Amino acid sequence: MKDLVMETRVDAQTVKIEARKAQVFYGQNHAIKDVDVDILDKTVTAFIGPSGCGKSTFLRCLNRMNDTIPGCRVEGKITLEGEDIYDARVDPVQLRAKVGMVFQKPNPFPKSIYDNVAYGPKIHGLTRNKAELDEVVEACLRKAALWNEVKDRLQTPGTGLSGGQQQRLCIARAIATSPEVLLMDEPCSALDPIATAQVEELIDELRSQFSVVIVTHSMQQAARVSQRTAFFHLGNLVEYGETGQIFTNPRDPRTESYITGRIG
Amino acid sequence: MSGSLFTQDARTKARNAAERRFRTYGLGAIILALLALVWLLISIFSAGLPAFRQTFITFPVKLEESVIDKAGNRDPAAMAKVTTVGYGKLLATALEAEIAAKGIDLAGVPPKEITDLISQESAATLRNMVLADPALIGTTVQFRAIASGRIDGYYKGRVTMESAALDKNTSPEKLRLADNLKAAGLLATSFNLGFLTMPDASDKRPEAAGLGIAIAGSFMMMVVVLVLSLPIGVAASIYLEEFAPKNWFTDLIEVNIANLAAVPSIVYGILGLAIFINFAGLPQSAPIVGGLVLTLMTLPRIIIPTRAALKAVPPSIRDAALGVGASRLQTVFHHVLPLAMPGILTGMIIGLAQALGETAPLLLIGMVAFVRDFPGGLFDPAAALPVQVYNWTQRGDPGFVERASGAIIVLLIFLIIMNTAAIILRRKFERRW
Repeated sequence: MKDLVMETRVDAQTVKIEARKAQVFYGQNHAIKDVDVDILDKTVTAFIGPSGCGKSTFLRCLNRMNDTIPGCRVEGKITLEGEDIYDARVDPVQLRAKVGMVFQKPNPFPKSIYDNVAYGPKIHGLTRNKAELDEVVEACLRKAALWNEVKDRLQTPGTGLSGGQQQRLCIARAIATSPEVLLMDEPCSALDPIATAQVEELIDELRSQFSVVIVTHSMQQAARVSQRTAFFHLGNLVEYGETGQIFTNPRDPRTESYITGRIG
Repeated sequence: MSGSLFTQDARTKARNAAERRFRTYGLGAIILALLALVWLLISIFSAGLPAFRQTFITFPVKLEESVIDKAGNRDPAAMAKVTTVGYGKLLATALEAEIAAKGIDLAGVPPKEITDLISQESAATLRNMVLADPALIGTTVQFRAIASGRIDGYYKGRVTMESAALDKNTSPEKLRLADNLKAAGLLATSFNLGFLTMPDASDKRPEAAGLGIAIAGSFMMMVVVLVLSLPIGVAASIYLEEFAPKNWFTDLIEVNIANLAAVPSIVYGILGLAIFINFAGLPQSAPIVGGLVLTLMTLPRIIIPTRAALKAVPPSIRDAALGVGASRLQTVFHHVLPLAMPGILTGMIIGLAQALGETAPLLLIGMVAFVRDFPGGLFDPAAALPVQVYNWTQRGDPGFVERASGAIIVLLIFLIIMNTAAIILRRKFERRW
C-alpha cells in the first residue's frame, strides 16, 4: 500500500474532469446527491460502493450516456478541461469521442475484429487512408494486448472471441478514437480471474496516456489498479482520496464499514 | 420425503399423467391441422390441376381473301370491319373440309354443328392473328383451335356421355366425333400456357379464360406496395422506436397502429374508394389505386414486426456505438438496422403476401371489372389474382370451377415463392451477437 501512495504523488497532475454539486434524478428519484470530485489526468480513479449507490450512474454522466435514458436529469456542473459538458452547445457525440467508455458486458459489434476497432476512427474521420487506418487498428490492438492473439484473424467476427478477448477488443475500440478519458463500468465483472488480471494489467498501462475511471465491485481490484478511490454510498460521495489512504486509513466510518465488509 | 426412488408417488404419477395428456392434445392438434391442410391441398389440386391442360383441335385453315379482305387492298380499317362471325365461318368450313378429307366418321353429328367442337374464342384468336400479320391472307395456316369447354371437360373427366345426353350445349354424338378426331390425330391435350397469359373470357367460354391480366395486375400492385410501404414502414418504425420521445402522443400512435392492423380489410377498400377514386379522381380498377389501398392496409402490418425486430436488437449494441461517439442516426444505420434486417424482411414479405391474397378492398375499387385488354401502365384497368378467383367462382359454367381452383394454385405458388424468399433472406442476414 505504501508503494501506491508514493506512486500517486508522482503521478498526481492536472485535473481532467471536475464535478461540482452534481445531481442526477431519475424522474422523482434523486440518484446522485451533491457530488464534488476532481478526476486527475493520467491517473486511474476507482469508484467503489455497494450496488445501487450511484457509482455507475455518475460514471455515465461523465460522457452523457445518461442522455439516452428517458427521465434522467443531471444538475450541477461537470467540466472536462474547464468546459461544461452539459452546456447547450456541447454535442454529446463529440464529447463521447473524447471520453470513451467500456461496458460491464463485453459488447463487440457483430462485425469483424478489424471493423470493431476501425469503426470509431472511421466515423470521426481520424484517418486519411486505409494504410493509416490499418496502423491505428494495429496500434490499438497492441495497446489492448490483443494483437498477438488476433493478428491472423482480423477479418473474423469479434463476437467469436472469448469473453476476456472480447473485453480487450472493446477497450481497443474505445481507445481507437484517441479519447482523453476512458470510463470503465465494471469491465471485469463478466470475466474469469485470468482475463481479469490481463485487463487490470492493461488498465495500468493505459494510465500512461489516459485518465481512466473505473467502477468496480471488487475492492481488491480498486486497490490493485487505482491511485485514487471514491466511495459512494446511497447517492452520496462519502469519501474521495488516495487509494492507499482510503483502504488503510479511511476517515469516514461508513467507508471503513464498507471496506471491512460490514455494510454493502 | 421418504420412500424409494424406484417407485413413483401419487403426486409424481399425477404430474406425469398431466404432461402425457398435454402432449397428446398437442400432437392431436398438429395431426388435425396437417390432415386439414392435406385435404385442402388435395381438393384444390385435384380440381385445379386440369386448368393447366387444355384440349386443342389442329387443322389447316385457308384464309380466303374474299372473306377477310374483300377489297383486297389490305386496308386495316376495312379488315377490322370483318367480325368474328366471318372468321367463324372460315373455321367451320375448314374443319368440315378436313374431316371430309381425312374420312373421319361424323358419328351422327350434323355437319352444321361440327363447329360446336371448337371454342367460339377461336374465331377471335384467328382474327387477331390475321390483323397482326396481313401477309397471311390467302395462305393456308395450320391453326390450333381451343376445343370447346364441354369437349375439353370430356377429356378431363368432367363431362361424360350420360351428362352430355342431358346437356343442351353438347351431345354424346359430339363427344364421339371428338374421339374420332383424336384417333385421327387432330385433337390432342397439351399444356395450357394460355391459362397464364390470356385475359379473362366471357361466361360461355371457360376454355379461353386465362390469368394473364390478373397476374399482371397483381404484380403491378405488389410493386406499388413494395415501393411505398418498405421505405415508409421502415422509416416510421425507426423513428418511433429510436427517436420519438416516449409520451402520451407516441403512445396514442402506437395504440392506433395496433388497431389499424386489426381493421377489417374491406374498410380500407371503402377508404380507398372515398379518397383515391372519389376525392383524388384516380381511375377505377387501376393497379395504382389497388396498390395504394393495399399499402395502407399493409403499413401497420409491416410497422409492427419491424418495431419488434428493432426492439430485439440488444441495447448493448446501441451503447457500444454511442460509446465510441456514433450519432444516433449512425448507430441505427450502421448497427441496429443490419441486425434487425432479417426480422424486417420477414415482416415485409409476410405483409406483401397478405396483400397479394387480399380480395375485399379490391372489390370496392372496381378491380372486379371484366377486363380484356392488358394494362399498359399503373393507371389502366386490370384484374387481381384473388379477385379473379372470386369472379370465376360466381360463374355458372362448371369449366370455371376448374379455372378458379387453377388460379388458387397459381396464387399459392406465388405465396410459397414469397415465403421461401423470406426464409432465404432470413438465413442470409441472420447474425449472432
